[in-house]
Amino acid sequence: MTANSSENTIIRMFHVYKRYGAYAAISDVTLDITKNEFLLVSGPSGAGKSTLLKLLYFGEPVSEGQILVDGMNTSRISRKGIPFLRRMFGIIFQDYKLIPTKTVFENVALVLEVAGNKRSYINKKVNSVLRTVGIENKMNSYPPSLSGGEQQRVAVARAVVGDPKIILADEPTGSLDSESANVIMNLLKGFHIRGATVIVATHDKELIRNTNGRVIYLREGHLQHPSSTSPAMTL
Amino acid sequence: MIYVHRAIQDIKRNRFLHAVTIITITLSILIVSVFGLFWINVNSLMDTWKQGIRIIVYLRDNTSENEAKAAKNRIMEINGIQEVVFIPKNDALNRLKKQMSRQASLFENLRENPLPDAFDVRLELSAQEWKTIETIASKLSSLPSVASVEYGQKWLGRFMSIFNLFRLTGLAMCCVFFMASVFIVANTIRLLFYSRHEEFDIMRLVGATDSFIKTPFYIIGLIQGAIGGGVGVLILYILYTAIVSNVEQGFASYNFSIRFLSFKASMLIILCSMSAGWLGCYLSFKQYLDK
Ligand SMILES: Nc1ncnc2c1ncn2[C@@H]1O[C@H](COP(=O)(O)OP(=O)(O)OP(=O)(O)O)[C@@H](O)[C@H]1O
Ligand SMILES: [Mg+2]
Repeated sequence: MTANSSENTIIRMFHVYKRYGAYAAISDVTLDITKNEFLLVSGPSGAGKSTLLKLLYFGEPVSEGQILVDGMNTSRISRKGIPFLRRMFGIIFQDYKLIPTKTVFENVALVLEVAGNKRSYINKKVNSVLRTVGIENKMNSYPPSLSGGEQQRVAVARAVVGDPKIILADEPTGSLDSESANVIMNLLKGFHIRGATVIVATHDKELIRNTNGRVIYLREGHLQHPSSTSPAMTL
Repeated sequence: MIYVHRAIQDIKRNRFLHAVTIITITLSILIVSVFGLFWINVNSLMDTWKQGIRIIVYLRDNTSENEAKAAKNRIMEINGIQEVVFIPKNDALNRLKKQMSRQASLFENLRENPLPDAFDVRLELSAQEWKTIETIASKLSSLPSVASVEYGQKWLGRFMSIFNLFRLTGLAMCCVFFMASVFIVANTIRLLFYSRHEEFDIMRLVGATDSFIKTPFYIIGLIQGAIGGGVGVLILYILYTAIVSNVEQGFASYNFSIRFLSFKASMLIILCSMSAGWLGCYLSFKQYLDK
């Protein structure tokens, strides 16, 4: 790697393995992701897409190999350092992971509270983000009373409210109709334009076809090569 | 500040659980402080008794004036003696007659004074420890021309040793109830934490530190301790005023009044209760959450 390319690399995975018992959910993955890239991680169900994202934000430790996030080696990070690593990410989980006993507003505000922001800033910022994703009229509702598409928007709002460097989206359009899916994808593209690195895990061919960005394929935990040029038809 | 806010919200959300915890702490504190109160008062009661301690030294029947003087000098040499007053037997008889003037007929047939000469021995304040009193008494009785030595509160010694035993039990009880408070808080925190562990998992995923998640629980522990301790002391005070107004008269003749815990002691109890809350929280996290 040249000095120049490593300067622009925000995530670097080097021979990464993740094993659950004998089963390798991620197997020998080496991958560089550059700043402000829009990366689509594709592959069939069970290929290891969610696992890959999980390793990035230290949802689980790697079994073998190294991952550098913005120069930090995630396997050398201390327990205390993990929260700060996570604050670099805005994460949209496959199952949303909204807190059912907190309102939409509180769910989104949590990210900023956790990072120690001032109340006045939190109120302003959360309101503006909720407006951006178009859910401000539901901000006092509780997640279980929202539709899937609405919950997904809340998840997006929570992922971006902290102005993260990297947005991870795991099946952000998974269970949505195509119109809602478009809304979400357009939001993600918007944050990409504003400078974020966006990584989307999906097996939605339609979505991949409609999105400009590098596509990589996972199959049984292995990265399929070549990663940067192959057409989106091997699913 | 946000932590306090979160702690209070949490208490509001789980009112019942917190109420049960606080009531348990309150009862523990109440029992402990009843002990404390009892102890303080018995202690000061004994102090007032001890202050009145005099030793009466009776002389042999045929003691001459010179022998009495010699005895007095010997007594003055003993450490811890404040004052020695000679009471001639005639004075003693007159005093007795005065005290029993209604039964004057008893004395009419008295041909001879049956009372011996005596010394009224008062002790220095520093000598009013139980052990010292006993040593002084035995020294006095070994003097020549001393017939017998009497100090009215002889039974006080026996009471003292019982009281010491009681004090030990009290201390042990305090420990037991402190532990009980600690464990009840620990259990509450654990229940709360488990009922919301999904929420905390999510908070961690969005970058919450351990202390962000745990601090409200410590505050909850402290609040529970403070309320439990405060209410406990308050109930004790109410009981105290109720009892005192009924019982005080009985003690009036002893020149003794039932005291309540000092402000410092009350604060100390509340502080102990708060530290029990904190400790319970700490143990809960130590035992169940830090893998
Ligand atoms: N905690 C775990 N314990 C054991 N096996 C796991 C665990 N998490 C994932 N796996 C396994 O790892 C493999 C990859 O899982 P992963 O969730 O990454 O797939 P995915 O590509 O996201 O699939 P989908 O498209 O259905 O979301 C699966 O076979 C799964 O069973
Ligand atoms: Mg998945």
